[in-house]
Amino acid sequence: MNSNTQKIVGGSLLLAALIALPHFLKFHHQDLLIFLTINVLAVSSYRIVTLTGEWSLIHAVMMGVGGYTAALLFKYYEVGMWVTLPMAGILTAAVAALLCFPLFRTTQFYFLIGSFAAGEAIRLIWIQFVFPFGGTGGLSGVEPPMVGEIDFMESIPYYYLALSVVLLCLFILYLIENSRIGLTLHAVHWKAALAESVGVDTWRYRSLAFVIGSFFVGIAGALKVHYLGTITPNQFGVGFMVFILIWVIVGGYNKFYGPILGAVVLTLFDESIRGFAEVRPAIYGAVLILSILFLPLGLESIPSKFKAWSGIGKERDPLSLTDK
Amino acid sequence: MPVLEIKNVSKQFGGLMALNNISFQVETGEIRGLIGPNGAGKSTMFKNIAGFYATTKGEIVYQGQNISGHKPHAIAEMGIVRTFQETTLFQELTVFENVLVGCHIQARSNLFSAIFKLDKPRQNIARDQVLEVLEFMGLSERQEQLASELPLGSQRALAMSIALASKPKLMLMDEPFAGMNPEETLHMMELTRKVQESGMTIILVEHDMKAVMGLCDYLTVLNFGQLLAEGTPAEIRNNDKVIEAYLGGSK
Repeated sequence: MNSNTQKIVGGSLLLAALIALPHFLKFHHQDLLIFLTINVLAVSSYRIVTLTGEWSLIHAVMMGVGGYTAALLFKYYEVGMWVTLPMAGILTAAVAALLCFPLFRTTQFYFLIGSFAAGEAIRLIWIQFVFPFGGTGGLSGVEPPMVGEIDFMESIPYYYLALSVVLLCLFILYLIENSRIGLTLHAVHWKAALAESVGVDTWRYRSLAFVIGSFFVGIAGALKVHYLGTITPNQFGVGFMVFILIWVIVGGYNKFYGPILGAVVLTLFDESIRGFAEVRPAIYGAVLILSILFLPLGLESIPSKFKAWSGIGKERDPLSLTDK
Repeated sequence: MPVLEIKNVSKQFGGLMALNNISFQVETGEIRGLIGPNGAGKSTMFKNIAGFYATTKGEIVYQGQNISGHKPHAIAEMGIVRTFQETTLFQELTVFENVLVGCHIQARSNLFSAIFKLDKPRQNIARDQVLEVLEFMGLSERQEQLASELPLGSQRALAMSIALASKPKLMLMDEPFAGMNPEETLHMMELTRKVQESGMTIILVEHDMKAVMGLCDYLTVLNFGQLLAEGTPAEIRNNDKVIEAYLGGSK
């Protein structure tokens, strides 16, 4: 069996499992599954921002921008989810594009701090401007669509909806990463000066990555608000941003599936220690410290480490642009 | 016809005059050596030409157009490309991918065509071009290797390949022979001459005098940010001012 057929078989098995999954879960877990699906898009879209080597602290807020866009469009213009979803992506991307002008005058640590400040400014706008954003209480009454007999208020139909949107977005992100643009983003990351010397406008590519990441996390935000029905500024604060960072770092950011793995594994783990309420944060923290100490490249590095130990093959991060 | 004219260029860092009112011209197709003792301002001159520094005063005219103050990527697009001191490569990428990045100007694509793979013909052309450059530079055998795994000589050749892939008209090479053994230096000199023969103008900064004298058509000597002398290698070798600057003696 060659690797292409392997991929197709593996992919279809995974897809079948994802489709069957909610039917084996309790209601509470179905909820969790939907949030996990949405969070997978949040971390994967964050990865494309980090491809250029710049780590931002505004990603959670950008998800909120998408969420608020969807909520406002739904409440004040009474348009359905089919409109709010793409509009959330487009508007979030537009906000990101504007932010590029001040933010990408800096890089590295300064960019990190700058992005944090910009994010807090946006969150303060949501809190201070009670009209239209609803202040600290946020907005509520945002509904998912009804299509004929299917009520997307129900968990399972909404899960299928979110899953399709997220898979489509992941597919596009994957295509971008493995295109010429992805290669250039890698180049900007590793040696910005060398990239510039052969004509790469590093400012443009950093901005492009940020805008693309924001577009997709905006869609994730809209998916979230349509399911929850409510949106508040605090959902998208530093707390959630830290979770995104943890998922990406623990999962590993060198491969496309690393952050996804991080989000899935840590969510499952968090759920499995739900019974130990008092010590739950301590256990969670300990696992994080251990994984960073012993798996600095993340969970995705386990297979290659295993291969290296057993001497099967040499580790190499494949940029699939070169496999024809 | 000069491809590059440096006209009264000065570069000041705070109180330090790194370059003081320097003028010289580089003719199309020559290999020009830019030499001088440490701290003479050679690398500063390079960075000014390539747009990594903004000149304080003066003009840098390339093919009749003033390029001082342009951004590095814009200057690269006009056809000036630089290589770096030591081994500045994309260490994490393969040799092939390194050179592929070098094709940026011809092969870049926009988001839409990247997602829908509409840029495939252009990417295929770029791939062929990469293979051509690797063949030309003698790196074909190593194209699947990571850049970090190459020996020093091949790393330098790769740095040159990346630059070549952008199809420049003028190449600035910053200490291409530093840290090489005589054999590697000879090989690199051969490659440089081969590149010149393909129609390129080359300016190089180098401390290895043997290589400079053997390779360059014409030399420009800087000292303490000033233009000290210009001439053919033979003239420079016998120039008293140059000898004094290098040996530090006073008569």
